[in-house]
Amino acid sequence: MQPEISSRPEQLPKGAEVRMDVPALELLIEALRERGYRVVGPVLRDGAIAYGPVNKVGDLPAGWTSEQNPASYRLKRRPDNALFGYATGPKSMKDFLHVSEIRTFAAEKTDGLFWILPASEPPPRYAFLGVRGCDIAAMLVQDRVLIGGQAADPFYEARRRNCLIIAVHCTEPASTCFCVSMGTGPRARNFDLALTEFADSDLHEFLVEIGSEAGAEILERIPVTIASTEMTSRSRALTDRAGQAMTRHLDKDRAVSLLRENFDSPQWDRVAERCLACGNCTMVCPTCFCVTFEDSTDISGQRAERWRKWDSCYSLAFSYIHGGSVRSSTKSRYRQWLTHKLSSWVDQFGSSGCVGCGRCITWCPVGIDLTEEVAAIEKANSAARKEDS
Amino acid sequence: MSSKAKRKLKLGVFKFASCDGCQLSLLDLEDDLLSLADAVEIAFFPEASSKMKKGPYDIGLVEGSITTPHDAKRIQQIRRQCKMLVTIGACATAGGIQALRNWHNLNQWVGQVYAKPKFIHILSTSTPIAEHVPVDVELRGCPINKHQLLELLAAVAVERKPNIPTYSVCMECKRRGNVCIAVAQGVPCLGPATQAGCGAICPAYGRGCYGCFGPMESSSPKILAVHLLAQGNATEAVQRSFRTFNAWSEPFREMSEGKGTE
Repeated sequence: MQPEISSRPEQLPKGAEVRMDVPALELLIEALRERGYRVVGPVLRDGAIAYGPVNKVGDLPAGWTSEQNPASYRLKRRPDNALFGYATGPKSMKDFLHVSEIRTFAAEKTDGLFWILPASEPPPRYAFLGVRGCDIAAMLVQDRVLIGGQAADPFYEARRRNCLIIAVHCTEPASTCFCVSMGTGPRARNFDLALTEFADSDLHEFLVEIGSEAGAEILERIPVTIASTEMTSRSRALTDRAGQAMTRHLDKDRAVSLLRENFDSPQWDRVAERCLACGNCTMVCPTCFCVTFEDSTDISGQRAERWRKWDSCYSLAFSYIHGGSVRSSTKSRYRQWLTHKLSSWVDQFGSSGCVGCGRCITWCPVGIDLTEEVAAIEKANSAARKEDS
Repeated sequence: MSSKAKRKLKLGVFKFASCDGCQLSLLDLEDDLLSLADAVEIAFFPEASSKMKKGPYDIGLVEGSITTPHDAKRIQQIRRQCKMLVTIGACATAGGIQALRNWHNLNQWVGQVYAKPKFIHILSTSTPIAEHVPVDVELRGCPINKHQLLELLAAVAVERKPNIPTYSVCMECKRRGNVCIAVAQGVPCLGPATQAGCGAICPAYGRGCYGCFGPMESSSPKILAVHLLAQGNATEAVQRSFRTFNAWSEPFREMSEGKGTE
């Protein structure tokens, strides 16, 4: 059904909702590139829909979706040509903002003098296209850790400061998703622009919500029309349905006290029998921020470099202090990760460290599911209480 | 450090049962080989030069496994001549592919292969250097990663700790930005049980990790094997995947024998 077309006002205010078609999306991508943004969005890569460089609408994964289960991700064809009809993939904004490896400085000795060389070239300005509510929530979690405060990271902040967020409301969660439990989706918040995609056979168009001045500004020369109320309610209906379709759940408030009180749960031994301590969950987690610093010198001894690299609480070196590693068993490492993520993170940073994106479930090589682990800890906890009384 | 750094480190390269690929990584350093030659005196390296200086050496790089009574004695002499002994490659650190003999009757093979078996003096097993003498540093891999070798020598030259990670290949794979081929394509991959250091080369080119860097720290190949079996891989294939370059190295050894997955 063709929505009612009305002429657009000269300046679109924050909070306005407009209608945009696919050719206009092409112009939007062009406008972003003209303004010096490096556009990052969903692209097909190595059997997955992952965030990567997007230069035109043709780069987007039209007609593809993903089927996700513990330890399994498979691309599937969609019945339509939707550009954003999938749930979050292996990469998150962390891959671009809190990069996996970066040289923080280099130093050189010449003629007996010691020179500190600049870190690296200035970071790109990113425009993220197609990111989800959980992705944005995860970015805000990292903001609380890495901007200001004790662990302030200038490299993160420099990338984060200038980025533009063009979200897409999630209408098709994966089986591994539980953003509703964590209060981060499926409707995105804290965006510059947010799209809802309608990929009907006769009409392919988007509802665009304007979330900021920067978002309004980028839309200035894009041909859009004021959206009908019908379109707005269809958008709501799609995300409501997505929320109801979610099969995994986690009680985030209960998890805080449950994990704090269950340091000795027998479930930790049981999960350790299935955990490889490979660190994949921490690598794909969009909020895990831990890094290590590696100092190196070249063979001449005249040049030194310091690199910051993603680290993981699953490595032995992570908890190494004089004399050995504090967390030598897999049990203690899994417990550290889960307890920090869902419980002590709240004490430390004022929010949960989990956004419910389900990446740690899909990308765990053996499919360990944190929602199931929390449920099992709860069950063991109730059983122990029954015995006590 | 300053006075010591000025004296060139005296390096010896020694070969046991091996294919020479790991010591060749030294020559493969290309441009870095020139700066290496400035910082290190390559005193004994028969593969590269017929000029061979006597020990003692500051660093001894040992390639290959112990497979003969003669080599079992020779490694003792080399250990005595090297202040720091570094084993390089899967043969030296795990016994290598030739450790496949450890599961078989060698005398029978020798009789089949050689016209006069009485001239063949060999041990019934192929064993890593560390089973014979104390080893200071191990560089894993088949072959080793030349950048790790350079990192080690650069670290020793200025007396700092080398950056030789012992965590999983997955950590390197994810940092490199690879999409996990095990999860996205169902390719059997030993990465989650294998030590990093290669830069996750195979997964980056669409192949599962072969485990050539051997078991990682607190490696759990059994958990991986159980998962691979549940995915429908044949028992024999799963066991054989652990019986390659690091077959004799625990806990890959047990997995290749099928322990815990019967």
